[in-house]
Formats: sequence, structure tokens, C-alpha cells
Amino acid sequence: MNKTAMTGMEGSLAMAEAVRLANVDVVAAYPITPQTHIVERLAEMVANGELTAAYIPVESEHSAMSACLGSSATGARTFTATAGQGLELMHEVLYVASGLRLPIVMGVANRALSCPLSVWGDHSDVMAVRDTGWIQIFAENGQQAFDLTLCAFRIAEDPKVLFPVMIHIDGFHLSHVVEPLYLLNQEQVRGFLPPFVHPFPLDPDNPVTMGAFTVPILYSEARKSMETALRSTRPLINYVFDEFAKLSGRQYKPVEHYRTEDADTLLLTMGSFSEIAMEAVDHLRDRGDKVGLIRLRLWRPFPFDELRRASENCQTLVVLDRCVSPAGPPGPVCSEVKAALYAQKKRPNVAGFVGGLGGRDLTPGEFVQMVERGKVIAAQGGEEIEFIGVRG
Amino acid sequence: MSARKKDSEITWRDIELGAVIRTPGNAAEYKTGDWRSEKPTWNKDRCIKCGICALFCPEGCIHHDKEGYFEADFYYCKGCGICARECWTQAITMGPEEQ
Repeated sequence: MNKTAMTGMEGSLAMAEAVRLANVDVVAAYPITPQTHIVERLAEMVANGELTAAYIPVESEHSAMSACLGSSATGARTFTATAGQGLELMHEVLYVASGLRLPIVMGVANRALSCPLSVWGDHSDVMAVRDTGWIQIFAENGQQAFDLTLCAFRIAEDPKVLFPVMIHIDGFHLSHVVEPLYLLNQEQVRGFLPPFVHPFPLDPDNPVTMGAFTVPILYSEARKSMETALRSTRPLINYVFDEFAKLSGRQYKPVEHYRTEDADTLLLTMGSFSEIAMEAVDHLRDRGDKVGLIRLRLWRPFPFDELRRASENCQTLVVLDRCVSPAGPPGPVCSEVKAALYAQKKRPNVAGFVGGLGGRDLTPGEFVQMVERGKVIAAQGGEEIEFIGVRG
Repeated sequence: MSARKKDSEITWRDIELGAVIRTPGNAAEYKTGDWRSEKPTWNKDRCIKCGICALFCPEGCIHHDKEGYFEADFYYCKGCGICARECWTQAITMGPEEQ
């Protein structure tokens, strides 16, 4: 168990510290708000000799991810970080990372997308890269930014996985907030994270062709192979979370519960707003309402079974999306949750809300409103998209 | 990819991790000759053995024969006609591919 002392640290710096402890070989990154502190700190560590790694200051995020491909393909432990528009600029290269099965780890300080320009947090950037084939995990506080980054390397590089992993930390709410947290020491991390061995890296003595042209008679087989492999990483992700719990005492799960016992209504959140939702749940429980919270820790591969089990006994499930799907379904998370539950014989009514966009806070009171309005929508129906916390 | 299976017999389970190809140079196995709708023929009476056809062939599939004349490897020749277009002496003519 971890006996290190509690320290105060910003979420971005906690992630950078995890990357240092992982003894990463290559960092290729381009600074963008609100992610900048992560790679700024890593550049400082390399310059100061605290971390022996190649730091590649590239000219764009597209180049950052492209450099990461080459680096990871040689068998080097590779990290980058980005946010918002930067994630969009590297979009096409993200598919290459997962298609080539390169275990790159990336921190994403979730940010709204232009236009209008906003550097503040929401999940628009995440949802646009939903189908890139990366494993995607959401942190909800600074401690998790540290812990899950270490888990990400262990998951990504496991021979049974070999997929890239994104760790999502909400822009500013997590990236720029100093929180009390526990670090691990180098010996502990060394025991948890074995060296990365790529099964067939780029090697002049044993040449392989990566990223070859694929004709129609083979492309579908290649995609099914990759999709099946990503789906089958689930047990290993759970195993790594369990191993991390043995090391740290902090247990993560694909779907986490808060006061869900006997709940007739559940909130569902991802990321930092989960802690605000907990306050709302406490308030509602105090006044006698049977309300709980489930948080999706794992976004991809989607935790179907855990979500179904977690929600099967409630009557109303209220889902918050920090992203708009313009003129589409209520929100990406809500529509995925509905799809996951549709075929279940016993399932709750699902009410979706969109809020917390572009750095807008949601208060515990607004979560209470969502629960109350959600029950009405569940019984009587509502607007196609219900916004929360929007004036007028 | 799994060794020596025909493309049409390769299943998704046969795909290597990351769809990498572990046999260097196996693109040579890929037949492009069946793309051809026209094929080049060489008139040795007009050929001056200059080799401009071989230089221009985008497939790199035109070679010397024993006498120093040129011929195409029809496993690869796509019938693009560039050799006939470039031949200084019009020694190459494109004709319909025989069915």
C-alpha cells in the first residue's frame, strides 16, 4: 500500500509526474490551452535532467501524433498531450495509431470547440474522436489524473492490448486546479509498469511493412480484427485497475457507483462534474429521495455489461452530456446509453441533458433540477434536447 | 498476413497485429496484369533497342530479352500504353487484350 505523504499539486503537473515516473522515452507535443502545463512541465523535466527522454517540439498537433507513431513503432514508450482544436488537428492520425496498434498514451485536457472560440472545458473534443479506436478513460480529480495515467501505460503496452490510450481530464476544472493527492515513488511504479516490448518493432534487421495499402478484399477483415481486439481488452483493463488497487489502495472500475443502493433514480456523469453530482446526491438523500450516481470511468471500450447491471433496478436514469450533437439526439453519451439499454427487458426511462459547455459550471442545485425535470421527462416526454443552466 | 493464403481465403483472424506485413517485398506477389484491357506488342523491325520503353514503364516490368530487344512481364503489365506513347520509332503498338 502507498505510504507516501499527501501533497498539493495541479492536475496537469500530476499527470506530468506520472509520465516521469513511467520513465517515458519520447514526448512529442505542441502546447495548447488548457493542456500546456503538462508538456511544459515535461519539457522542463527533460531540460533539467529529471527525465531522460527525447522531447520533440513539433510544429503542430498533426505532427505531434505523427512523431508519436514513429516513436512508438520503434518500441519507445511514448506520450503526448493535447486539447480541443489540437485534438481535432491530429484527428486523422489518431486512427493510424489504433490501426497500427501502437500503445501511445495521450493526456487530453478536454476543451470546447470553436466557433465561438472557447479555451474552456467541455467534452466536444472527446466526442469528435469517439470512433478513432483508442481506449478512453475519464478522470474526475487530480488524484485520478495521476493514477490513471500510470494505468494507461500498463494497459496500452500489455501484449494482450497494444492499443493507444487517452486519459481525459476536464480542461481547467482538473488541468489547472491544485488538489491534495498521493504520489507513488519510483520503486512502486517500476514494480507496476514493466518495460515496453513491441512484438515486431521497426528494425532494419527484421523489416516489416506498417500501414500498407489494403484492397477491398482485405480492408473489412483488417477492421474486424482491430475492432474485435479493442473489444476484447476489457478483462485486461479490469485486471490493471485491480493491480493498481493492490499498489495504491485506490480501486477504479469501468462504471463506478455512488449511493446507488435502492435508488429509483440515477444520475450518470463523466469527468470532473461527477464530484458536483455527488454533492447533489447527498443533498437529495438527506431529504429522503432515493437518488444515486453512476460515473462512466471507461468510455471506450464501452462498458455495456456494467452499465446494464448498474441501471437495471432504477426507474429513471438522468444522463448529462457536456457536448451538443447539433440537430441530432440529445447528446453522444445519452444516445449511447439509450442504445446500450434498448434491448434490455428491464430498463429505466432515460432522460438526457446538455450542459456545462465551454467552461460553464453546473451547481449541485442544477443537478437537483436535472433529477426533478428528468423524472417529468421520463413520465411525460420532453424536448428533443433539454439544456440545463442556459438562460432564457 | 498469413503466409500463402489467397486474399479471398484470408479471414479476420489471419490479420497480423496492426495489419503489418512481416514478409518484406511480398508486393511482388500481387498480380496487376489482370487490370489490362490493351497489351503492347513490339515490332523488332522498328526497334532500335534504345530502352526508352523500359525507362518510362511505371510498373518497371519491361526487360531485355536474350537478343537485346524489350518485352513486358505480363504478370504485372497494366496495359497503360506509356511505352507505346514514348517509343521514338513507333515500334510498340497497343492492341486489344485477348479474352
